[in-house]
Amino acid sequence: MSRRTTLRAVVATVVPGAGSLDERAWCDVEAIVEKAVSERPGRQRRQLRLFLHLLEYVPVLRWARPFSRLSPAERSRCLQFFEESPILLVRRGLWGARTLAFMGYYGRPEAAREIGYTANRDGWQARGGPGP
Amino acid sequence: MRTRRYDVIVIGSGAGGGTVASELVPLAAAGMKVLVVEQGPRLEDHEFTGGELDMAPAIYEAGGGFLTSDGTMTLAFGRVLGGSTVVYTGTSLTAPERVIRGWNVTGLDYEDIAVRTDRFARQNGVHLLPRAQLNENNTLFEAGCAGAGFACEQFPVNVRGCRGSSLCNLGCPNAAKQGTHRVQLPAAEGAGVEIITRAEALRVENRCVTVRVHAKPDGGKGRPPEWEPGIHRLEAAAIVLAGGSIGSSALLLRSGFGARLTRTGHGFTCHPAHVLVAEHARSITNDVGHPKSFFVDRAVEDGFVLETCMYFPFTTAKNLTGFGDEHAAMMRSFRRLQMILVLACDRAVPGNRITVDRNGRPVVHYRFTDRVIDSMILATRAAARIFFAAGAVRVHAPTSRPHLIEATEADRLDERISADHFSPGTTTVSAAHLMGGCAMGRDASDSVTDAWGRVHGVPWLRIADSSLFPDALQINPYLTIMALADRVAERLRNDIASLREAAIGRAADAGDRS
Repeated sequence: MSRRTTLRAVVATVVPGAGSLDERAWCDVEAIVEKAVSERPGRQRRQLRLFLHLLEYVPVLRWARPFSRLSPAERSRCLQFFEESPILLVRRGLWGARTLAFMGYYGRPEAAREIGYTANRDGWQARGGPGP
Repeated sequence: MRTRRYDVIVIGSGAGGGTVASELVPLAAAGMKVLVVEQGPRLEDHEFTGGELDMAPAIYEAGGGFLTSDGTMTLAFGRVLGGSTVVYTGTSLTAPERVIRGWNVTGLDYEDIAVRTDRFARQNGVHLLPRAQLNENNTLFEAGCAGAGFACEQFPVNVRGCRGSSLCNLGCPNAAKQGTHRVQLPAAEGAGVEIITRAEALRVENRCVTVRVHAKPDGGKGRPPEWEPGIHRLEAAAIVLAGGSIGSSALLLRSGFGARLTRTGHGFTCHPAHVLVAEHARSITNDVGHPKSFFVDRAVEDGFVLETCMYFPFTTAKNLTGFGDEHAAMMRSFRRLQMILVLACDRAVPGNRITVDRNGRPVVHYRFTDRVIDSMILATRAAARIFFAAGAVRVHAPTSRPHLIEATEADRLDERISADHFSPGTTTVSAAHLMGGCAMGRDASDSVTDAWGRVHGVPWLRIADSSLFPDALQINPYLTIMALADRVAERLRNDIASLREAAIGRAADAGDRS
């Protein structure tokens, strides 16, 4: 299973709305994530690759299927399991993966518009006046 | 490798370095050569776009995602001309008297800090924003404080012509915030101080700095470097480190000073913080207007400070603990969100320190003490009370399970918000007030510098940034950094003649030997 497949499955679980993204939007999500990962130190890049690998195949022990082939509910339970792990390294790995997922999804201007984020350099003037 | 000679070299251009640069203008006017070395780029005004993913990599170290060694906290600090004064919100407070007296540094008086702070506050145009410019994210906090019984104060801010973009933390797109890149550095440069950017200080030794100038990356923001990319050797009669808590500590350590100055890197504090989010039943003005207008200071009583805040979509998503439907629903209600930043007033403790790895890169070790966790819990409960008193229908608390607390549960906050739910690595914690590492004190047994930023036993080396703080400041630190940097510059102006003589003597000795 490719890292791309795992990452898409993580994003769609962390942000359920991502399931309805078209291919072009997915490419935008992936481009943001790839750029962010490429700017991290080599050690962190290796840790992320290792974590995504673990995340993909650890579920085989319980569900007999890798992460990306689980149902949305199973994926969610799996991430919950990682998030509540007593092992700090595992929790950190999940935190890093979810952070990248949020960056990829909410870093897109389309997502910002969808949630109603309208900050503008013109500030109050853009809202029609000098004050609230 | 080319060698250049200066009278004074200042490493860093934030609140400390920018202040030293401007306060050394009399030396430049007298014909001396003063150089500011900044690791980050120099951005043009039009490059401050306010885009979250566009700006963060250009102005923050590691894009704002610098992690502590165990990965449980994110540290945010600027790496751009102007340093962290480019990325803060411009909140301008005078150091608490109890803190300065508590530092117990011989030769450092509160009155002196207060006078200097006042001067820089005036220089930076610090004032209270008129009420008509305060958004509901802030006025609801004020109302909530009144309802919940907390004393709330308005932040003075250093803006001129604020248009209320709400984008302070991404670098003001309207040049309203009066960081050193707007005030002190242009004044210094206009008076003859030289500034170079994209220049990373690798080592400091024997009145000499080795810097690597980096080329502008393809597609990157900012001007190209002023100097040819590559390694440059700089000599000076005096060198001032102002690279911030992490930068100055790491530079000293990788330059070998740690063996004699054993306190280097110790005493790191940072005001660990959570972002708390609440949802109202109606839309409020939150992403327009200055984001940080009010605060509650409970540092003495409960070890925390609450501040209003407002963040951007990705940052907000990251700060909400958890994921999935509940998280997404909170994000979809962005127009109805109110935010409060809760900061713990941590203390310098053994183990919380800065070191360097084998490549000389900084590593920050930080453990959340029980006291810090308790403060964050008290702060979270207080913030939740304020939210509900302001009319919020639900609050997202990172230290509650489940994370959402409905208004109907407002009388169960002590039960719902608990230290049992503080989980390092899961609970998002970040910090932007990075302090300590080269503390002021008596001698090398307890500190790195004296009260004037002079490194113990190294008269040509000075430090002028937040690394000087012997312990946490318990408020937003930039004006105090400026006050301390002003003291460093003042003493340097007094000492420069003898330092130049010493440098000339050393050069002559070297010539005799050769």
